[in-house]
Amino acid sequence: MKLANENLGRRGFLAGSAAAGLVIGFNLLPGGARAAAAPAAAKTFAPNAFLRVAPDGTVTVLSKHLEMGQGSYTGIATIVAEELDADWSKVRVEAAPADAKLYANKLLGVQGTGGSSSIANSWDELRAAGATARAMLVQAAAASWNVPAGEIETSNGTLRHAASNRTAPYAQFVSAAAALPVPAGVKPKDPKTYNLIGKSAPRLDSNAKTDGTAQFTLDVYLPGMVTAVVARAPKFGATVKSIDAAATKKVKGVLDVVQIPSGVAVVGKDFWAAKQGRDALNVTWDFAGAETRGTDAIVAEYKKLAEQPGTVAAKKGDAAQALGQAAKRVNATYVFPYLAHAPMEPLDVVVKLTPAGCEIWAGDQFQTVDQSNAARVAGLKPEQVTIHTLYAGGSFGRRANPGSDYIVEAVALAKAMKQKVPVKIVWTREDDVRGGLYRPLFVHKLEAGIDAQGNVTAWTNRLVGQSILSGTPFESFGVKDGIDSTSVEGSNDMPYAVPNLLVDVHNTKTGVPVLWWRSVGHTHTAFAVETFLDDVAKAAGKDPFELRRSLLSDPKQARLKRVLELVAEKAEWSKPLEAGRGRGIAVAESFHSYVAQVAEVTAKPDGSFKVDRVVVAVDCGVAVNPDVIKAQMEGGVGFGLGALLHGEITLKDGEVQQSNFHDYVPLRMNEMPKVEVHIVPSLEAPTGVGEPGVPPIGPAVANAIFAATGKRVRDLPLTPEKLKAAQA
Amino acid sequence: MVTLDINGAKKQLDIDPETPLLWALRDGLHLTGTKFGCGMAQCGACTVHVDGKPTRSCVTPVSAVAGQKITTIEGAKSKTAEAVRASWRKLDVVQCGYCQSGQIMAAVALLESNKKPTDADIDDAMTGNVCRCATYQRIRAAIHDAAQSL
Repeated sequence: MKLANENLGRRGFLAGSAAAGLVIGFNLLPGGARAAAAPAAAKTFAPNAFLRVAPDGTVTVLSKHLEMGQGSYTGIATIVAEELDADWSKVRVEAAPADAKLYANKLLGVQGTGGSSSIANSWDELRAAGATARAMLVQAAAASWNVPAGEIETSNGTLRHAASNRTAPYAQFVSAAAALPVPAGVKPKDPKTYNLIGKSAPRLDSNAKTDGTAQFTLDVYLPGMVTAVVARAPKFGATVKSIDAAATKKVKGVLDVVQIPSGVAVVGKDFWAAKQGRDALNVTWDFAGAETRGTDAIVAEYKKLAEQPGTVAAKKGDAAQALGQAAKRVNATYVFPYLAHAPMEPLDVVVKLTPAGCEIWAGDQFQTVDQSNAARVAGLKPEQVTIHTLYAGGSFGRRANPGSDYIVEAVALAKAMKQKVPVKIVWTREDDVRGGLYRPLFVHKLEAGIDAQGNVTAWTNRLVGQSILSGTPFESFGVKDGIDSTSVEGSNDMPYAVPNLLVDVHNTKTGVPVLWWRSVGHTHTAFAVETFLDDVAKAAGKDPFELRRSLLSDPKQARLKRVLELVAEKAEWSKPLEAGRGRGIAVAESFHSYVAQVAEVTAKPDGSFKVDRVVVAVDCGVAVNPDVIKAQMEGGVGFGLGALLHGEITLKDGEVQQSNFHDYVPLRMNEMPKVEVHIVPSLEAPTGVGEPGVPPIGPAVANAIFAATGKRVRDLPLTPEKLKAAQA
Repeated sequence: MVTLDINGAKKQLDIDPETPLLWALRDGLHLTGTKFGCGMAQCGACTVHVDGKPTRSCVTPVSAVAGQKITTIEGAKSKTAEAVRASWRKLDVVQCGYCQSGQIMAAVALLESNKKPTDADIDDAMTGNVCRCATYQRIRAAIHDAAQSL
């Protein structure tokens, strides 16, 4: 998703209540009024919705963004602490409550975490929050010491007046600062004076995540809580015809069997009882409305559509004419399978429903949407839904979905159980892998024309696949004139200067539910564009790096060109490799960050290959925390590589054929390449890093294999078997 | 009644002896550091030590470990465990963190049997532990770092 598009982003997702969340709490606080009305305010300094300073000087930053591994807590706290001049060792982070008025994502219009936007949309807001709090502490000290505020310096949680040789910790002025009016228009720091930004402060969640104390949803145990697992339809769209729960009810610890809209919930005193009970359950399903095709049939249909014109998503010049006049034409068709997110923590949620309200514990990625959906199911108002956002054991997009599937299911169950006790729903890995909301299956067809001088004169790219946003409440956010931006991003705005361009798309319909998956449309468009460009380079007799550099001629592509050049330099692009090894390059702009990667691969005649090394260059504006950026690039490479090598959800007669990590195979330690990351120094506003590391890795590796073997696999995943067949 | 020796303390649990150790730890004792990831010994998120050996608690019935010494992440306090933890923190290995209890338990077991593991040793010992955030490069570096410090 391209979230920072100004018109799109500021308009917001939802009409009505959520739109009110666009203007953020910090500025909404009544002018001159004391910010925190809570009883604790007398002792705690809470000048805005984003931070509190306790009497002992502990700084608590309230994060409106989920921490799901991407380092948002650390990055967000870094921005606040920098402007506050806080002592990093005294900084903590807490999840903000669900409240779109205070905590909407400025780029999404609702409270939620996605589109690699956490730092980008927090940048101005949190610098102002921190700088304002600092100014108030300075003001309080100035009044007490009877000196001009301008003469007071701050650093590391300490105030200092040099002329009178006085120093004091922030703690000393917490109460006085809390009594002051909140000033407006406090300017953030000059970047030259940064002490924390750009310096890799250690992650704030490292301790809790290495001693077992970090709290995830699975770790929530409430008094009287029961645990449920749900038997969901084996084919998407099937419904319950009848239930035989006789054997289930005999399982020790099973408390109840409850039909809910998503299937049949087996409620137990604990997980094991519920799971045993579900194993014994016999549900007869009605497949009348179900998707019963296999992926083979879906791919065949898509390939047929790829031969017919679709809805135009980008047009420049006359591609058909230019192709007709080309000296050489290159074409290729690609198949990208459905992919499951498979975060390490399978989906889970705890719901406590009472007549007065609904409390939800979740690694919640989409608070405003979840609040609204939960309220609808519970028969409550959104403001009666409280969300406790916990650490998420990964998500990759899965926990943010327009229907809030895993949340409303639990609310429906709690309601059906007449609100007696809190209920936890745990998805098994099989439930997770088979549960849908996949990265959509896509077919791409590309064709290019090259003139006698080797110039690329025409480029066409036809995409066939399901729209993620159409038919959801978010359609107006990203779908315009039949074009879902999340389908075509990276294709319709591909960065290369080709005079004649045509990109069109077929929005297909299947019964398989789809969703954004770490880097969304770029997961397939970057692969198609970047590997096809190497085919074009080969046909034109050009070096893949040099061709890219020459085609990134538009000044608007200067940052992408810079990372391309940097990665080539760091990877020693022109240095020869021994036989059987290859180097591949790919670039992608996604979520307003620019990433280039060079992969080095060793390939064998039997089709097996190993990715030895990946060099990454990234430009994400100001590097708030360089080590977190590096970690996200390393992780993006590994996540994307796992999908390239193994990732594939297939259906047979409508049933998902994979079930767990033995057949939906993740990247493992022995397959992880050495990754080195180079960050472009920048003073541009920061942009995201959670997703942008993913798009280039697939094409970089495929291009490296092409360099080593001269062979292509265009039907992912790229397995040794397919490569061997291509080499035969 | 099943009696388990967990982190040096005897715990009595009124559960089916076939219950996997994972769920006895979690739902029975609220020792929540040990995680559920796959339920079939495919991911290692549930790794604990049974008499010092790394064991997938999700497929280990409690009946099989009665009388043996079980150590979970909460009880991992040996010199090796502390060194591993310190290296994990020094290198900021974690991302989502959900698999890291299992990773750490696997790494501690490796270093207790092999003081200077090679990259190949690390591949052998750690390939059963999945990290969807793909923190593998830092896990490898942290194991080498911990080995250095021991």
